[in-house]
Amino acid sequence: MRASRHDTALGFADLTGTPARIVRFVVYTAMVLVFAGPLVALLVSAFGAVPDPTGFTLIPRRLTLDNFRAAIEQDVLRYLLNSFIVVGFGLLLQILVSVSAAYALARKRFPGLRLVFLLILSTMMLPEEILAIPLSLVLADVPVVHVNLIGTLAGMIVPVGAWAFSILVMTEFMREIPIELEEAARIDGAGDLRIFWSVVLPLSRPALGVIGIFGFNMIWDQYMLPLLVARDSAQFTLPLALRSLRADEQVGVGVVLAAALLALLPSVIAFLAFQRQFMRGLTAGAVKG
Amino acid sequence: MAALAPPRAGVRRAPAPAPPDRRRVRIRAGLVPWLFLAPALILFTLFKFVPMARAIEMSLYEVRPYLGDRWVGADNYRQVVTDDVFLAAIWHTVVLAAGQTGGSILIGLILALLVEGQARSLWFVRTAVFLPTVAAMAVVAEVWRILYYPAPDGTINSILGWVGLGPSQFLNSQDTSLWSVMAVGIWRGAPYDMMIFIAGLAGVDRTLYEAASVDGASGWRRLWHVTFPALRPVFAILLTLAAIRGMRVFTEVFLLTNGGPNGSTEVLMTLIYKLGLERNELGVAAAGSVVLLLATVVLTLAVQYARSRREAR
Repeated sequence: MRASRHDTALGFADLTGTPARIVRFVVYTAMVLVFAGPLVALLVSAFGAVPDPTGFTLIPRRLTLDNFRAAIEQDVLRYLLNSFIVVGFGLLLQILVSVSAAYALARKRFPGLRLVFLLILSTMMLPEEILAIPLSLVLADVPVVHVNLIGTLAGMIVPVGAWAFSILVMTEFMREIPIELEEAARIDGAGDLRIFWSVVLPLSRPALGVIGIFGFNMIWDQYMLPLLVARDSAQFTLPLALRSLRADEQVGVGVVLAAALLALLPSVIAFLAFQRQFMRGLTAGAVKG
Repeated sequence: MAALAPPRAGVRRAPAPAPPDRRRVRIRAGLVPWLFLAPALILFTLFKFVPMARAIEMSLYEVRPYLGDRWVGADNYRQVVTDDVFLAAIWHTVVLAAGQTGGSILIGLILALLVEGQARSLWFVRTAVFLPTVAAMAVVAEVWRILYYPAPDGTINSILGWVGLGPSQFLNSQDTSLWSVMAVGIWRGAPYDMMIFIAGLAGVDRTLYEAASVDGASGWRRLWHVTFPALRPVFAILLTLAAIRGMRVFTEVFLLTNGGPNGSTEVLMTLIYKLGLERNELGVAAAGSVVLLLATVVLTLAVQYARSRREAR
């Protein structure tokens, strides 16, 4: 047991003896209750009869689907569909843009490479929130092409297409692919597009998982952009709809709970399914900022 | 896209009757990286750099749709740095950002130290604790509005009641609203920091722990002299992230209080949003955005600078 004392900084998880075990159980239970408890309570309460917010509970009583039935009457399925459309197309675009840019940044040397890298890095300091006001004007009249994206789901999709985090994670990964593989393909007469598509991209699959799960979460969590783009409820995404459901006096708190649960589940399921990739991206992304 | 293919295919058909036009070949090869970069650069230009330029431009004008903009120079900026409403918003933003950053780092570190290890049960605890970070902010805000329900039998007031405290008005009172918003931010931020700390802890040299215990160092001394110094880069990373994210805080405030009650939680972004999109004072809103942008850049560079100086030593 002595050796394991050097495995962690605190050694808390390795303490032996009954008192330590009890303390540990209490501490871990408290942690799970504080951080996961409210979300589990959302799950439980969405299936219960909750006349007002005091009915929010961890302990299931009478199970009912009434909240969901009422939520469907409030068009929640439409908001959910909007969310899925935005996240589906947005993620597809984001991945394509990221792998393509990363290929150039990781596998090519050209004048201006460092400048492009810095420009992409600098966009991390330009979030939608800070740019909200001018961004809403740009969305209403996109430069050069003069399209009005306000009131369209496309307005929520196209701007998330380029995301510095994805590009940088992908670039880092593509750098590690041995040059020999690429050279072999070149000798066989493959062009850049072929090498990109059938050599570099298949080898980048682990990183695709990372940018996929992060992109999903990033787009699902978008708030400012849909807020700027949506003109009426027909374009609401589910996170956006929560606020107007809550503000509507005719709609009970149960409906808000049902809708919030539907907005929570996809991101939790995606996280649990891609947990390994998520953890990898977390440390990769943190190092990069 | 076929035209994109670089000229190497031609090189292989060896005995070409005429030598290929070398210069055109080279120009085409030089174009390849730019073609791969084009989608990203176009999107960044349209939705990041053009809006940034527009913000700077607009901040110098009184923006009047249909009437034509009127040049006002630094007037908008003067309003941002002298107007009481703006100054209060700047103060709230700084307090909120500092509190959420400090709170998340401190609690994240404690959580990380408690759950570091290999056991399967720890994996479960870590995953459960991490969930708030995964949930969309809009969901988190609705859940916390319910938890904070200000009646005596609201969820958190009930819990406070067990230990003889409360009831509190939380989001509904000027005295508690900012702290209530901050607590939500820490609740969602601490698990994220915890995961980064766990990754950092895994990288601490185990032989140092061994050496410390051979020297008879106590647990606290080991933490202070071995673990924390090794985590220094992690602190720097988390501070950088917080600098970028802290200043732009919007969604949680917008959804939890929308700046109220009585302006007690008004932060820069909620104020800018109201000015720009509800009151149509685009010029002032743009000036506020530029100030926020500058603050973000300065903070980020300052943290990076401090970090590189530390490392150089």
